[in-house]
Amino acid sequence: MFLIALLSFICGLFLPWWTIAGAAFLVSVLIPQKPLHAFFSGFLAVFLLWGGIALVIDQMNESILSAKIAAMLSLGGSAYALILVTAFIGALVGGGGALTGAFLKPVR
Amino acid sequence: MRIVPFLLSFLLTTGLIVCLNRQWGSLKKTPVMGSFLSPQHGFWQNAEPVGKDFSGSVTLPGLKEKGDVYFDENLIPHVYANSETDACYIQGYLHAKFRLWQMEFQTFAAAGRLSEVLGAGKDNGYLTYDRAMRRLGMVTAAQASLVEMEKDSTTKKDCDAYTAGVNAWISQLKEGDLPLEYKLLNYRPEPWTNLKIALFVKYMAYDLAGGDNDFEMTNAKSFFSKEDFAKLYPAMQDSLDPIIPKGKHFLPPFFVPKAPATADSLYFNNPVTVTDRELKSEKSNGSNNWAISGTKTLSHAPILCNDPHLSTNLPSIWYQMQIHTPGYNAYGVSFPGAPFIIIGFNDNCAWGITNAGRDVRDYYSIKFKDDTRSEYWFNKQWKAVTMRVDTIKIKDAPAFYDTVATTVFGPVMFDPTYTGYSDVASSRSYAVRWKAADTSNELATFSRFQCIKNYDDYKQALELFKCPGQSFVFADKAGVVAIRQEGEFPAKWKGQGLFVMPGEDSSYMWQSDSIRREENPYMFADTSNRGFVSSANQQPADSTYPYYLGSDFPIYRGLIINRYLNRMNSITPADMMKMQVDNFDVFAEMARPLLLRFIDRSKLNDEATVFLNTFRQWNLMNNASEEGPVIFQYWWDQLEKNILDDDFSGSSLPLMRPHESTVLEALLKDTAWSFIDNKDTKDRKETLGEVVTDAFLKIIPQLQQDAKDDRLTWAKNKDTWARHLLRLPELSRTHLAIGGGARCINAAKQFHGPSWRMIVQLTSKTEAYGVYPGGQSGNPGSPYYDTFIDYWASGRYYPLWVMAPDEIKDKRVKWVMHFNN
Repeated sequence: MFLIALLSFICGLFLPWWTIAGAAFLVSVLIPQKPLHAFFSGFLAVFLLWGGIALVIDQMNESILSAKIAAMLSLGGSAYALILVTAFIGALVGGGGALTGAFLKPVR
Repeated sequence: MRIVPFLLSFLLTTGLIVCLNRQWGSLKKTPVMGSFLSPQHGFWQNAEPVGKDFSGSVTLPGLKEKGDVYFDENLIPHVYANSETDACYIQGYLHAKFRLWQMEFQTFAAAGRLSEVLGAGKDNGYLTYDRAMRRLGMVTAAQASLVEMEKDSTTKKDCDAYTAGVNAWISQLKEGDLPLEYKLLNYRPEPWTNLKIALFVKYMAYDLAGGDNDFEMTNAKSFFSKEDFAKLYPAMQDSLDPIIPKGKHFLPPFFVPKAPATADSLYFNNPVTVTDRELKSEKSNGSNNWAISGTKTLSHAPILCNDPHLSTNLPSIWYQMQIHTPGYNAYGVSFPGAPFIIIGFNDNCAWGITNAGRDVRDYYSIKFKDDTRSEYWFNKQWKAVTMRVDTIKIKDAPAFYDTVATTVFGPVMFDPTYTGYSDVASSRSYAVRWKAADTSNELATFSRFQCIKNYDDYKQALELFKCPGQSFVFADKAGVVAIRQEGEFPAKWKGQGLFVMPGEDSSYMWQSDSIRREENPYMFADTSNRGFVSSANQQPADSTYPYYLGSDFPIYRGLIINRYLNRMNSITPADMMKMQVDNFDVFAEMARPLLLRFIDRSKLNDEATVFLNTFRQWNLMNNASEEGPVIFQYWWDQLEKNILDDDFSGSSLPLMRPHESTVLEALLKDTAWSFIDNKDTKDRKETLGEVVTDAFLKIIPQLQQDAKDDRLTWAKNKDTWARHLLRLPELSRTHLAIGGGARCINAAKQFHGPSWRMIVQLTSKTEAYGVYPGGQSGNPGSPYYDTFIDYWASGRYYPLWVMAPDEIKDKRVKWVMHFNN
């Protein structure tokens, strides 16, 4: 899980956003796990990564921007709701990538 | 491998990514959610840490020498460069760093490219706008002006450097660094070019000289009798106090334009009508400026004041800065999108600008041979047009191809394929002659302003300024105080261009493209015995001015400014601050006695009487918490409806409504004005007392509703915003507690108002104050996005700090950026 988060973070520095799925997939292929387990690893990894970065950024920004974006996305202007949505969307993609990897190389 | 679950999982994940990697919705599209939410790519990257360190150093090979930028606590840069060229380079870099999206978006608007990033819009609104800008010739005008600009070696060098500075910023941008709006709309910035600078300058010309009422006036002329027309649209108001005070003796005109022999039959009395509707710039784009001679100030030094009224947008149209080079030291506001300081001061002089508002856009009726519109009747023969096909790209849709014919008059703005904002089909065609379409180099004026040392320099710098015509106030430390209305104004015969003109021969064309410069209105404060000069978009002179001026000017701000300045002595900058945010309504002062005299109090119930008493006791100030202005505005609007609606409802065509000043002055002179009678009630003749009373009774329900909704006080009722350019409320500052209004010096309307208040006292050490409704950063995620708005709304000012070279260690310097070559 830590590896997925790390690789996703590195990908995010240089590559498009959806490479988090690739990172989760790759780790899941290299370190085989049961599918459900893999999904949650990927999910949790990106959830914590995206949620964590968003939370840190938001704290430093004192929610100036998140309040505006959250209002725009009908989240009632709540910074925390926006951080959760951010984390959840990323997590779904990360989980999906990991799950796909787990099916490619099932645990023997 | 477990093939089925693998495929299923693969497809689901890929499907999810694909869904998150595109925009949804038809008109109002969502951002690309995946990248938008990604904390490493999307909007989170625009959430600027509070307390961010803006210091740093960059190496930019385009610079000739090193330069330094000192930011103060409001993120205002004090640029120290070793040449004008380097100053422009750094200015371009800073504009891009803090305002990139806005500067590019404005040039897209100028070039008719909004559909490219926003789609065709509701009812093809953006496409209609884009076609208008293209047809008007904005792009061709900018291209032609660029050639002119680049002939001037200084302008060329400066623009090249500015563009290089912008591109130095753009070229190092990563996805996450893009301004928020690019992420919302899903596009990327293009490289900047000198053409975009020219487009921006033309956009300002459009904004300030892109208004006329030719179609509405043409219809009114055809609809009303000659007598009624004269009553509704007088050439001048009685209470006008022109920029050049009445009584000035003007020399006879150098050139006398002659009305064509056919003017009466083919023009003034020809009952033609127009159904097309023009794109017009904001009508109240105006401004105040004045400058006071040392004889009237406490310090004995001149004081110059300016507050240009523009749309109160976020990011603001202005970016404040100081530019210091070995040759000059200028402070003021600049336009993100163009080099130089536009309004401001240097170590010797100060200057300010208001819009002249003269009519420099006219239409000609074109007779085409056939539907191909390739030949038109001109001077007794068929003449070929120049044909141009514009490609208007539309986001997520096939491009639109617009075929535009150009005649000797100018481009054909309206034809059967384009009726503007009208949905009535029309078989007629109109070509447009617009002064802003001429080649020009207005930027050269501002380049020179930065280093003017005296009145002669200022006058010389103005010689290059063509369009949009402006009234420039000037004051210097030697004590000279002056105003000049400058620009190229066509010399027109009386009434020329008030209506659509016949375009079948050359007789109606402008006979001279420009009144000679020395004939433009100007004055000095000291020779006028008045001790000050001022302008507020009113007519520059009375009817003794030897050229036709047109008739579409606001008069009330000018009246109150001159009244105050005439009364005042020993003036201080603090007095000027009070005056710039003054909310007195002269129009209401003139109208109230009339309304109170004619209302029939016996018809009012108790509630209505309470409202009337509030109005009667109102101090005539459009202050934020007053109820008087709301009652007055409703009452006056309803009274105009009562008086005029029956006279105007007989025509389905767009008709010009008379100015409020026209109606008021007519009623003051003649309480039995012929329009008061309601034509629809044939058996009886209404009196002024009846319509005034009826209008008041009609507004009572709305006033009661407003009282319930807490919208009865003026600020809440007019609801001023600093509105994001994309009109997104979340990125705007809404419901600002500010008074004022269109007729007050403090001209704050709903989305429009004093865009930069500046006061400069030219003592040996300049003392200056300023504020604009925005912030130095264009990033909605920055604490500097809206820094100045509360100060602006509450009428407060910031001292403007002209940083001296020995102040680089001053504690007001918060951050330093070093620019290395």
